[in-house]
Amino acid sequence: MSGPLVEVAGLEVAFGDVRAVRDVSFTIGPGECVALVGESGSGKSVTARTLLGLTGDGADVRAATLRIDGADATGFTERRWRAVRGTKIGYVLQDALVSLDPLRPVGHEIAEALTLHRSLTRAERTARVVELLRAAGVPEPERRARQRPHELSGGLRQRALIASALACDPALLIADEPTTALDVTVQAQILRLLAERRAAGTALLLISHDLAVVAELADRVLVMKDGRVVEEGPVRDVLTAPAHAYTRTLLDAVPSTPKPAPARPPGEVVLAARGLVKDFKDRRAVDDVSFELRAGETLGIVGESGSGKTTTARLVLGLLDPDAGEAAVDGRPWHGLTAKERRELRRHVQVVYQDPLGSFDPRFTVRRVLDEALEVGGAPRRARRDRAVELLERVGLDASVLDRRPLRLSGGQRQRVAIARALAPGPRVLVCDEPVSALDVSVQAQVLDLLAGLQDDLGVAYLFISHHLGVIRRVSDRVLVLKDGRVVEAGDARRVLTEPRADYTRELLAAVPTLPSAEPAH
Amino acid sequence: MSRRVVRTVLVRLGTSLLVLWGAVTAAFVALHLTPGSVVDALIGSNTVTPQVRAQIIADYGLDRPLWRQYLAYLGRILHGDLGRSYQLHESVASALGSQLAPSLQLTLVAIGLALLVSTPLALFTARRRRWVRALSSGIELVGVSIPTFWAAILLLTVFSFRLGWFPAAGATGFGGLVLPAVAVAIPVTALLTQVTREGLERVLEEPFVLTARARGMSDAGVRTRHALRHAALPAVTFAGWLFGLMLGALVPVEQIFSRPGLGQLLLTAVGGKDLPIVMGVVLFTALVYVVVSSALDVLYLVIDPRLRGAAR
Repeated sequence: MSGPLVEVAGLEVAFGDVRAVRDVSFTIGPGECVALVGESGSGKSVTARTLLGLTGDGADVRAATLRIDGADATGFTERRWRAVRGTKIGYVLQDALVSLDPLRPVGHEIAEALTLHRSLTRAERTARVVELLRAAGVPEPERRARQRPHELSGGLRQRALIASALACDPALLIADEPTTALDVTVQAQILRLLAERRAAGTALLLISHDLAVVAELADRVLVMKDGRVVEEGPVRDVLTAPAHAYTRTLLDAVPSTPKPAPARPPGEVVLAARGLVKDFKDRRAVDDVSFELRAGETLGIVGESGSGKTTTARLVLGLLDPDAGEAAVDGRPWHGLTAKERRELRRHVQVVYQDPLGSFDPRFTVRRVLDEALEVGGAPRRARRDRAVELLERVGLDASVLDRRPLRLSGGQRQRVAIARALAPGPRVLVCDEPVSALDVSVQAQVLDLLAGLQDDLGVAYLFISHHLGVIRRVSDRVLVLKDGRVVEAGDARRVLTEPRADYTRELLAAVPTLPSAEPAH
Repeated sequence: MSRRVVRTVLVRLGTSLLVLWGAVTAAFVALHLTPGSVVDALIGSNTVTPQVRAQIIADYGLDRPLWRQYLAYLGRILHGDLGRSYQLHESVASALGSQLAPSLQLTLVAIGLALLVSTPLALFTARRRRWVRALSSGIELVGVSIPTFWAAILLLTVFSFRLGWFPAAGATGFGGLVLPAVAVAIPVTALLTQVTREGLERVLEEPFVLTARARGMSDAGVRTRHALRHAALPAVTFAGWLFGLMLGALVPVEQIFSRPGLGQLLLTAVGGKDLPIVMGVVLFTALVYVVVSSALDVLYLVIDPRLRGAAR
């Protein structure tokens, strides 16, 4: 094959009045890796789905040129598209837990592509499935093929998903946020697997919001914003010498700079955990975790999924009772308090979650959300409206959002409202559980700035939980590294993240994808 | 693991027995709360000789304290003795037994018919153009709204009296089963179609459906091979629930088509205040619920293997 695999010029996709993709052009050559980078709503996924004819029923797709493997795809019938899908182009989505049929063994899912496009005997198919799983780096492929996605770890099921997309040896693999749902060490493994496929000659179209992920793999990168390609070029040029202002914004927003020393010295201890232990049925979720948090400082807790971060948070919030040890807010342990006393104490420690939408009653307006929180804080009814506006202004919003429902707000606005709600009872500690993980990188930066500003103004302490080391580096004064419920390392943030002493911390840091010379080596 | 399975089964069995015990006790309480003497309630609207009356008092031990009556009653039920109907001059068990087969036949054929029609209909109409869905929803609304007795009379008039395709009465052979089964199945089909379609539409939004399409699978393939199994879970739950309701629908349908069956039995019993029969039917219905819901629990595990882990 000599020509490009995919040739797109003047692509326009509209859903009703919404123009999702505008005048996008690119080509992908055999064995090449092209990346589409952008934030949510930038049109990157829609662009990718156009290559499979899977933009959906409501989409109006037009293109000056849309050639797939040399054939003009603008007039493809559904039948022609089906012949492309899986054989010429494979497609991998974000989270294999929901991107593979949860009711069927992964082996069946992989075999399905073979049944559709190849005439093989049952025995040949089974053999090929095992071979594909092995090639995707799945140990014990015979056993794994019989398991369902929920029985596999995140990394293994993502490998199975990739194996299913590669079943018929497509020349191009589209990977749409292939590592976004994964832990950082697993992400590194999956990126290595994709790199191997590329080395074996498969072309890649990599879609990501994460510039650092792209930097490791791509030859060329297209930066998309509001449906348009604002910048494109070789990956090193774009990431080290961005020409477009938006690319620069994206790069600057990647949290990497460490937190400056606090404006004032940390005050008294406001939150303390001593030897916390929590067992769930057959495993120990939190194992002997101790720390102190002082007024005005931030303690970052970093760890992968299942490390016990969130359980620790729930213990210090008094939402779970520890099996051993104790958690105390303002010197008062939760242990032995009556329900009324607990409610009282809860004013002093508030929480901000990853998904604010899920933590708001969808029928409540912002006014009601804040009103309720202020009532808990004991504010008199008359003062609440003024207090609500004051809180909104503190978090960079204004009175205009009062009568809107969270569903109608953007992700960043929602998280601001969630922060305002958490501040309403006047807490001394905010527990932030992955507060920016669901946000686009530029919005993420704004929310982190907001949190930093609030700390300077109000002297509130943060217990900041994240799986993202860049975010942790940016917000934390001190860091606690958790693994399997145990503290593997604790100490000053700069020290832990630059001269880690524990092997696990070193492993974590090594797994983080980095931008080419965008930050000093560490 | 096997110990866990055994425990699950035992717990399930225990709760089933509790439900049945509840139904039995409710029937006992109802009998003793009926105004007038218990003997009169048991006899119903018949007139009996004093000898028979004395016999009933002896049979039920009505001269003994209530708690002993209750224990004796439980003991009899454990031995399968549901009492006697003094109007039919036979035991409740044999009356139920003889009427069971035609009713069960009718119910099973009706639910089979409903599944057979609603599944393809839902597959065909889920996430289609607006007018297809609107048309289907309209028909379903009519189906749910038509009272069963009305549908039965209509079917009888058209297909039996006018066209003469099916017999108007009796339970002879398959031909006699068609019209009553259709009458019972109409609202069930309509409801099942809605539940299945809703389930399908939810599933068709899932990422794994996109993955399957991206693999080159046809729309029909995605619907039947992936989405249907997911949509089956709520539909099966609902079908089991409807199964119980259908016993109620038997009353008018068996009457209109002059079929023997539990509905007829119940209707006559209620009309004649034949309390032993009514109690028997209540107990039997409870038993059917228990059996059906246990069967569904097993079926869930077949449809969704993830529940096998959760069940432990």
